[in-house]
Amino acid sequence: MTQLPAQTTRKLGLVIDLDTCVGCHACVISCKGWNTENYGAPLSDQDAYGEDPSGTFLNRVHSFEVKPEATPAQTIHFPKSCLHCDDAPCVTVCPTGASYKRVEDGIVLVNEKDCIGCGLCAWACPYGARELDKAAGVMKKCTLCVDRIYNENLPEEDREPACVRTCPANARHFGDFADPESNVSKLTRARGGMDLMPELGTKPVNKYLPPRPKDTMDEIDILAPLLAPVATETKGFLGWLDKALEKL
Amino acid sequence: MTHHQPQIDTSPKVSDEIRKTTCYMCACRCGINVHMKKDDEGEMRVAYIEGNRDHPVNKGVLCAKGSAGIMQINAPSRLKAPLKRVGPRGSGEFEEISWDEALEIATGHLSRIRETNPEKLAFFTGRDQSQSFTGFWAQAYGTPNFAAHGGFCSVNMAAAGIYTMGGAFWEFGQPDWDRSKLFMLFGVAEDHDSNPIKTGLAKLKERGAKIIGVNPIRTGYNAIADEWVGITPGTDGLFILSLAHELLKAGKIDLEYLTRFTNAPVLVNGDETSDEFGLLLRDKDDKLLVIDRATGKPTAFDKKGVKPDLAATHTVKDVTHRPVFQHLAERYMSDEYAPEAVEERCGVPAGRIRAIAAELARVAFDEAFEIEQEWTDFRGEKHKTMTGRPVSFHSMRGISAHSNGFQTCRALHVLQILLGTVEVPGGFRFKPPYPKPAEAHPKPHCKVTPGAPLNGPHLGYVQGPDDLMLKEDGSPARIDKAYTWENPMSAHGLMHMVISNAHAGDPYKIDTLFMYMANMSWNSSMNTKGVMEMLTDKDENGDYVIPNIIYSDAYSSEMVAYADLILPDTTYLERHDCISLLDRPICEADAAADAIRWPVIEPDRDVRGFQSVLCDLGARLHMAGFVNEDGSAKYKDYADYIVNHERKPGIGPLSGFRGENGDEFGRGEVNPDQMDRYIENGGFAVHHIPEEAAFYKPWNMAYQDWAVKTGIYDAPQPYLFNLYVEPLRKFQLAAEGHGHRQPPEHLRERIKETLDPLPVWYAPFEDDNVDTEEFTVHALTQRPMAMYHSWGTQNAWLRQLHGRNPMYLPTKIFAKHGFEDGDWAKISSAHGEITVPVAHHGGLNDNTIWTWNAIGKRKGTWALDEKAPEATKGFLLNHLIHELQPPKGDGLRWANSDPVTGQAAWFDLRVKIEKVDGPPENSQPDFDPIKSPVGKGPENLAWKVGK
Amino acid sequence: MHPAPSVILFTALSGLGFGLLAFLGMGLPDVTGWVAFVFFFIAFALSVGGLLASTFHLGNPKNAMKAFSQWKTSWLSREGCLAVASLILMGLYAIGVIFFDTKLTQIGWIGALLSIGTVFTTSMIYAQLPTIPRWNHPLTSAYFLSLSIAGGALLAGQATAAGVLLLIAGAVQLLAWFDGDKRFAQRGHTIETATGLGDIGKVRMFEPPHTGTNYLLHEMVYMVARKHAQKLRIIAMVFMVILPAAILLLLPSNHMLALIAVISHLGGLFASRWLFFAEAEHVVGLYYGQR
Repeated sequence: MTQLPAQTTRKLGLVIDLDTCVGCHACVISCKGWNTENYGAPLSDQDAYGEDPSGTFLNRVHSFEVKPEATPAQTIHFPKSCLHCDDAPCVTVCPTGASYKRVEDGIVLVNEKDCIGCGLCAWACPYGARELDKAAGVMKKCTLCVDRIYNENLPEEDREPACVRTCPANARHFGDFADPESNVSKLTRARGGMDLMPELGTKPVNKYLPPRPKDTMDEIDILAPLLAPVATETKGFLGWLDKALEKL
Repeated sequence: MTHHQPQIDTSPKVSDEIRKTTCYMCACRCGINVHMKKDDEGEMRVAYIEGNRDHPVNKGVLCAKGSAGIMQINAPSRLKAPLKRVGPRGSGEFEEISWDEALEIATGHLSRIRETNPEKLAFFTGRDQSQSFTGFWAQAYGTPNFAAHGGFCSVNMAAAGIYTMGGAFWEFGQPDWDRSKLFMLFGVAEDHDSNPIKTGLAKLKERGAKIIGVNPIRTGYNAIADEWVGITPGTDGLFILSLAHELLKAGKIDLEYLTRFTNAPVLVNGDETSDEFGLLLRDKDDKLLVIDRATGKPTAFDKKGVKPDLAATHTVKDVTHRPVFQHLAERYMSDEYAPEAVEERCGVPAGRIRAIAAELARVAFDEAFEIEQEWTDFRGEKHKTMTGRPVSFHSMRGISAHSNGFQTCRALHVLQILLGTVEVPGGFRFKPPYPKPAEAHPKPHCKVTPGAPLNGPHLGYVQGPDDLMLKEDGSPARIDKAYTWENPMSAHGLMHMVISNAHAGDPYKIDTLFMYMANMSWNSSMNTKGVMEMLTDKDENGDYVIPNIIYSDAYSSEMVAYADLILPDTTYLERHDCISLLDRPICEADAAADAIRWPVIEPDRDVRGFQSVLCDLGARLHMAGFVNEDGSAKYKDYADYIVNHERKPGIGPLSGFRGENGDEFGRGEVNPDQMDRYIENGGFAVHHIPEEAAFYKPWNMAYQDWAVKTGIYDAPQPYLFNLYVEPLRKFQLAAEGHGHRQPPEHLRERIKETLDPLPVWYAPFEDDNVDTEEFTVHALTQRPMAMYHSWGTQNAWLRQLHGRNPMYLPTKIFAKHGFEDGDWAKISSAHGEITVPVAHHGGLNDNTIWTWNAIGKRKGTWALDEKAPEATKGFLLNHLIHELQPPKGDGLRWANSDPVTGQAAWFDLRVKIEKVDGPPENSQPDFDPIKSPVGKGPENLAWKVGK
Repeated sequence: MHPAPSVILFTALSGLGFGLLAFLGMGLPDVTGWVAFVFFFIAFALSVGGLLASTFHLGNPKNAMKAFSQWKTSWLSREGCLAVASLILMGLYAIGVIFFDTKLTQIGWIGALLSIGTVFTTSMIYAQLPTIPRWNHPLTSAYFLSLSIAGGALLAGQATAAGVLLLIAGAVQLLAWFDGDKRFAQRGHTIETATGLGDIGKVRMFEPPHTGTNYLLHEMVYMVARKHAQKLRIIAMVFMVILPAAILLLLPSNHMLALIAVISHLGGLFASRWLFFAEAEHVVGLYYGQR
């Protein structure tokens, strides 16, 4: 059903912390592993050991470089997967109803049984969140691990997306944005969580926490008084030492 | 209108069984849950791998490599059966043979050598995680020529740490992630403590702690550092000593800590005429002497109630003996270490050095805190609290893989000690079995007796010239020249010199080279092309100069083609292993821990775990420790050894579940069910340290007693941290002409300069050996977080992340040469040249270029297509680095290694850059393809076990 | 966007086909019997052939029937519905004129409207996408419709009308090109808005997420050299518009010349359609440092 629900009961999504992501790709491969074995068709790879290997991934980590005016260029690792937009353009363009946004939690899913693999939803997505699997011919995307987060066969603490569970740097947080007291809502408020390409009006659910300011330590000598010399020559230093030891 | 949507099963079955074991996708050794599912044929197969939440190393998280394990155990590059070379070396032409035949061939060579001259065997293991076992085997065999890969990895860091304070980073200790407020990170190679560092950084970030990254390259951990110091390679030591300069001058040092726990107050012999000039003064009981402030008299350092003085001196017969601290202060307070004096060389503005020093001081002293925890020190003094100094450091290869690496690592350890932040809350914390001072480690051994074991362990910590591994004529006893005057403290051997020395017959020729998991004809060697030539070189009789090469590996690596006999190993999910406290354990600062691997799947090929093969070979060779009294094999396989071997009575490879009831940790009788108990427990065992023993471990009697009880120590061994390392001074004394064992003339000056008992900085050797006006640029490699050496490339998922590696150039160099993305450059060193693709990287030291390590592959290896980007666009920097320094005209072969430890000086490299018009089809140099012994991988993959 | 031959063929041929059907539905040319059969055959061959070609673009065509279900929201679904509706109506109409010499005029007119509507829905599949600023504009519909109608007139033998309509289509094409060239920048999509990192400084891609390629790069990040594009624009304009319009308007009517005009138009149309895709930049390219 490609009409978007007027509103969803919960708004499940991710907060990605660009201040702590070290770009290790753990989430990328954990996602690949879980989703190859689980929801729908496996994520296939073409020319896997050859000249031009490619494959389906639902989460990829980009690396950007940002050059501030006065300080050195910064490297920022940038994981990107489906943002489960409130106003998901990928859903409404689908001709078969395969793409849909769940009314209970807002997760955007593809019902592979209905997908014709036309690719239009991928065109409609600004974020590159959808990839057509070459072997299966159906559209693949992040399911927010819908087969983990409610899975009663998993211990409760594991009922979170595979990427969140595996992230060593704690750069990924999962929760309900409809609940203002959830971890993700609080983080978003506290750290100025932002939307990607807000000008497109997709209203992404996933938020990105911007990197904290870097290279702020002053180069000028304002801190120098803190390290004022205790003596200028060896003799003076030994005198200071003697006094300091006496105080111990 | 109601919203229609499909009903989906949100609780599908996850797996039929979870098998818990230890990862081996890199050196980090995380715990993993291997989810098994029955496939269509009812066979249990690996469906999914995730981190084990209960495991002390990773606590549930897992990196990209770990999660990609499923593609590793199915990699088409896995060797299938023992191979015998039928074509010329290097061709890759093999025939498959039976294990019986393979073991007969191996036994033939090994037995002949053992009965005549065991030193003709060189047995070196690479990324081996069973060194306590392989070392035990080599010792029983009797060859002096054994080591693992530490010599070309991070021995500078390890040795500098052991000699300075009884441990270094990673497996030796960790920052107090929960309490640290300022963390400084120097040059880190990713896979060393991969996940714990990431989780630690996350903890710091969560608490708003500041992270300072010191690294010429701003990627990975340095990308998330709050402050980035883009230092010039090889100058870290100078930078650190400049920080020490600032701290000393401002008196921002922990005097109480220095007087109590370090050799700062210990008196240094000031008698220039003495054979012991510069050594530490001791009393009749051989106790180090300090001046007691109460009496003003020299007193044993550990006397109850002693108040060691740093300011006093001790004059006897007109000779003044001063404490270590005064020597240290005098040296580092000198203007040569002032920020202004080092800023240009280091590429770090003086103001920034000052600011960092001020911040270190502020956090260490102004943010100090107390933990209400009583403890008793080794002098018997009780302390009511533990003082926290929330500054911590971590460092690895970046600063150690230089020819000044040992002293640079020493400088960093000394800086931590000056701030009083080692083994205190908020600082750096040891992990059992560390702290363990150099004196508590064995010394090296090299006495060879045909048909008999070596007289002791190969590797250890020398205390002076008497402990060097020299033959009676003064020539090196070991093929790698470890523990010689060229590198007296080579605690991990020099694997990178073995092939070069064996080929040159310097110090002697060998018969058989036996290697394990070391890609020596490719990314694990300097001078890769030269090594290939050495391995294939023939003498005047047409025989190979290195007569026999036996190699064990699980995969079709570049090295396979250069061996005569291949013993195929299993993958990590098909084998037994132990991550032992005798070896490189996985302990935490609060607990001792070890772990196992067990075959969660059975091999589908004719392969055997290498350690099991060694048990078999040991028995065939009738080696002590490997046969029963009746001559039968003592161990059925490695698992049998792991459970039943005892190194000392009650102490074996595994610490957990010992004793009759399996309830003892550390010491205890052999428990035949031990392996099963580990498997039940998730593949590991943990034993917590009492809270009273959590800090001040080297001096805390509660810890010392706990360590004895658990078998980590034989007896309490409290010791002082060595700001001043006396064994170094002993080598210097010899170089100055004292003592009976004298260095060769050509090394005297170098030893005097570089084996300084206080940290010293000198320019990397490469700077003196090449024209720095011509070769102006530094060149480095880094390992990507998602790849481990060569191994990642055979992995269908990981190779999509890093299938080629551009040479990254800083903005200025990129612009100066008019490069654009997609351009190629010729990069030359004094030794060689490569032609490779370039790319722009702004977050980079202005005078440094870098690339990802070990992405480039030889055509025909790893079951890849010959047109794979790894083989066409990927490249190695290794071609530019030689294992020897350029000839100096003295006819001598000078190793490109640290003069203290022999660590390979990978990062000394200097290059020049030229733009290339019309890019070549392949990165250069380009080698002929190797015939693949395993064929090529499949075209497409869609891996799904369950239905 | 990747200029896939299947979508180029589909949009070009079905546009012509439905354009021709529209003229036939309006009774232009006024033909019956065998002659009508030939016209209808061409029209159906083009429109149905085009639709079939589009299925080559599908990853999983066996579910194609389901594509009629989402007409409430999806332009692609609407296109399917309208295409089938117009083909059915025009089929009835064709049966009338070919076999019964009977014009079901009302059905013809409705069929004609639906045929034009089908082309409009096709255009909206592209024009609706804000992710591809060049397409996301009414000019996209104008471009599809003007070419479909002009091409239909050309095939329907309406020489003068076709000539004039071609000139109009040419003008629309020029406007679409030059206005389209500026639109990505006008919309304000940059690597800074894509990453949200613009507050820190100037952003550039350092490393792509994978060194290998992927579906997104293959499908949506197609780079065409500016020089190459300029050349193709001239070729497209000359063959699609100028040459056939000149033939139709300046030269005497003649079957041979008409055939040349048709072939020229078709060739130019393919070039134009290739450019329509190849020059369209998807915002996802920003994440890959492409723009």
